[in-house]
Amino acid sequence: MMGTTFTVFLKEVLDNFRDRRTLSSALLMGPIFGPILFAFVINLSIERSFESAESTLELPVIGQEHAPNLVAFLRSQNIDAVDGPDDTAAAMEAVKTGTYDVVLVIPAEFGEQLSEMIPARIELVSDQANSDAERDARRARNALYAYQRLLSGTRVVARGINPRALQPINIDEVDVSTPSGRSAMLLGMMSYFFVFAALMGGMYLAIDTTAGERERGSLEPLLSLPVTRDQLIYGKIAATCLFMTLSLMLSLTAFYVSLKFMPLEQLGMTPNFGPDVVLAALAIFLPFILVGAALMTLVASFTKSYREAQTWLSVVLIAPTMPILIVSILTLRPRTEFMFVPSLSQHLLLVDMVKNEPINALHVAISVTSTLLIGIILTWVCARLYRREGLLG
Amino acid sequence: MITVKDIHKSFGKVHAVRGVSFDAPDGKITALLGPNGAGKSTTLRVLYTVLKPDEGSANIDGADVVTDSLAARKRIGALPHGAGLYPHLTARENIAYFARLCGLDKAEIDDRVDQIVKLLEIGDFAERRTKGFSQGQRTKVSLARALVHDPQNVILDEPSNGLDVMATRSLREIILKLKDDGRCVLFSSHVMQEVAALCDDICIIAHGKVAIDDSIDGIRERTGCDDIEDAFVNAIHRVAPE
Repeated sequence: MMGTTFTVFLKEVLDNFRDRRTLSSALLMGPIFGPILFAFVINLSIERSFESAESTLELPVIGQEHAPNLVAFLRSQNIDAVDGPDDTAAAMEAVKTGTYDVVLVIPAEFGEQLSEMIPARIELVSDQANSDAERDARRARNALYAYQRLLSGTRVVARGINPRALQPINIDEVDVSTPSGRSAMLLGMMSYFFVFAALMGGMYLAIDTTAGERERGSLEPLLSLPVTRDQLIYGKIAATCLFMTLSLMLSLTAFYVSLKFMPLEQLGMTPNFGPDVVLAALAIFLPFILVGAALMTLVASFTKSYREAQTWLSVVLIAPTMPILIVSILTLRPRTEFMFVPSLSQHLLLVDMVKNEPINALHVAISVTSTLLIGIILTWVCARLYRREGLLG
Repeated sequence: MITVKDIHKSFGKVHAVRGVSFDAPDGKITALLGPNGAGKSTTLRVLYTVLKPDEGSANIDGADVVTDSLAARKRIGALPHGAGLYPHLTARENIAYFARLCGLDKAEIDDRVDQIVKLLEIGDFAERRTKGFSQGQRTKVSLARALVHDPQNVILDEPSNGLDVMATRSLREIILKLKDDGRCVLFSSHVMQEVAALCDDICIIAHGKVAIDDSIDGIRERTGCDDIEDAFVNAIHRVAPE
C-alpha cells in the first residue's frame, strides 16, 4: 500500500518539477506576488505620510495685502501664500472642482477688526468630505489656530496677565499601542498571501489528479492497473501537499527578506517576524495545507475539463479570505470558537505572533487539531469520489 | 481467458450494452467488431474494470471484474481508446512508472523495460520526453506500458486507430507474437479487413448486442456472403435497434 502511494508521489513530483507552468505558479507567482504588493502598499503609505509633513504647502490666499503679519507667520510654519482665485465665490468654485484643496480668504476689514479687538473674520474654504484634500486644510487650520494663540498671548501679556491663564487644561495624550501592535493591521494582510501562495503551489497538481489525467487520456490506463484508487489519490494529494509546502516556505522567506528592506520604523511599526516566528508560522500553516490540497482536488474532480477546473479553483483561492475579511471588518478579538475555522485560526494566531503577544496554547491546539481533522475528512471524501464511474467523464 | 456473460450497461437513458456474452480463450486472437457506437468500448471498459456492469458478469482467468477487480486487473494489460502518456516523462519513464505500479521490483523493471523497448522497437525515442510524439509512437509506448508486467490477457481498444501502414504492420506482428506465446488477446475494431486478416474468433456487435460470434469462415457461411464486408453489413442488420 505505502509502496504504491510512494511511487505515485515520486512520479508526480518528478513530472511537476519538469512542468514549467506548475513551477512558475508554485515557486514564482505565489510566493513573490505577496511581498511585491506588500512593498508597494507600504511605500505608498510612507510616501503619503511624509510628503505632507515635510514639504512646503502652497496655500492660495485671497487678500494677502490685508494681513502681512499672518502671511509671514504662515511662512514660518512652512506654508507659502500664493495668489489664488479673485473672490470667495471663485474660491468655492475652485475647491468644488478640485482645482485647489483649500483656499484662505482675508477680507479687507481684517486689520481694522484686529486692532479694534473685534474677532476678525477670515474664511477657510475646503471640502471636508474629501479626506485627501482635508489633510492640507487641517494643516492650514492648525497654523491659523497657532496664530490665534500667539495673538491672544501677546494681548494678555500687554495687560499684565500670565498667558498660562489661557491654558486651563493641559492635555497629555498617552498612546498605549506598541510598534508591534501598529504593525498588525497592515501585516494582517500577510496571512492571506501565505494562504494564497500555498494554494497556488498545489493548484495545477490538484487539477491534474482528475481533470488533467482525464483530458490527457492517461486516467483510464492508470485505473486499469492492479492498484487501488485510494493508493493513487493519496499519492497525488501527498505530491500536491509537497508543492504547497514549498510554495509556502518560499513565501515566508520572501516576506522575511523583504520586510528587512521596508522602512517600517518610519511608520512606527516593528513587526515581530524573526526566524523563530517564520518557523512557528510554517508549523501553524502546515495543517491548512492538507485542507487546501484536499479541497482543490475535490472541487477539480467535479469539473469536466482543465479549463473549467481552473475557473472553479480561482474561486477556491478566494474562499479562505472570507472568514479573515469578516473578522477584520468587524474587528473581532480572537475567540476560542474561531480556532475551529481553518484559515481564520491561522490568520489570528499569526497576527498575535506578529504583534508579539503571548500565544494561547489552547488556541494553537484547537487550530492544529480541527484543521487537520477537516483535512483528513476532505481527503477521505476525495478518495470516495475517486471511486465513482463518473470520474471518467 | 476472458469470459463475458450477458452484461448490460446504461448511461442515463442510453442503453449502451444490452446483454453481450462471449469467450476469449488463451492462445487465440478474439476481435470485437462493430460500427461506431455499438458498445465495443463500453464492453472492454467493463473488462478492464473502470466500469461496473449493471447486470451480468465477466471474469478474467476466473477473477470476477466486480467482486475481485484487483485480481482481475493483475491478469490484464489494457490499452484504452486514445490512451495518453505523461508528456514530461520520457518514453522509458512512462513505461517504468507503470511497471512499478504493477508491483515489479527495481531490478526486474530495468530488464523488463529493456525487453519491451526492444520488442516494440521503441529504442530510437525511448529516452525522449513524450511531448510531441507521433500517434504511432504514442500507441507503441502505450502498448509497451500495457505489456510491461507480462500479462496473460491483453485488451486493446481500437489499437490501430491513426496508425500508418508500417505501424499497423508492426502492431499486427506484436499481436501475433502474443498469440504464439499462448496469451489471450482481445481487441476491438471497426475495420472488417483488419480483423479478418488477424483473428481466430470474431464477435460482431451492433446496437449493444452480439449479432454473430464465430470464426471468419463461420461468419461467411452463416451470412451467405463471400465478401467479408458484405458479411459484416449483413450481420449487423440482424440486430434491431432499441
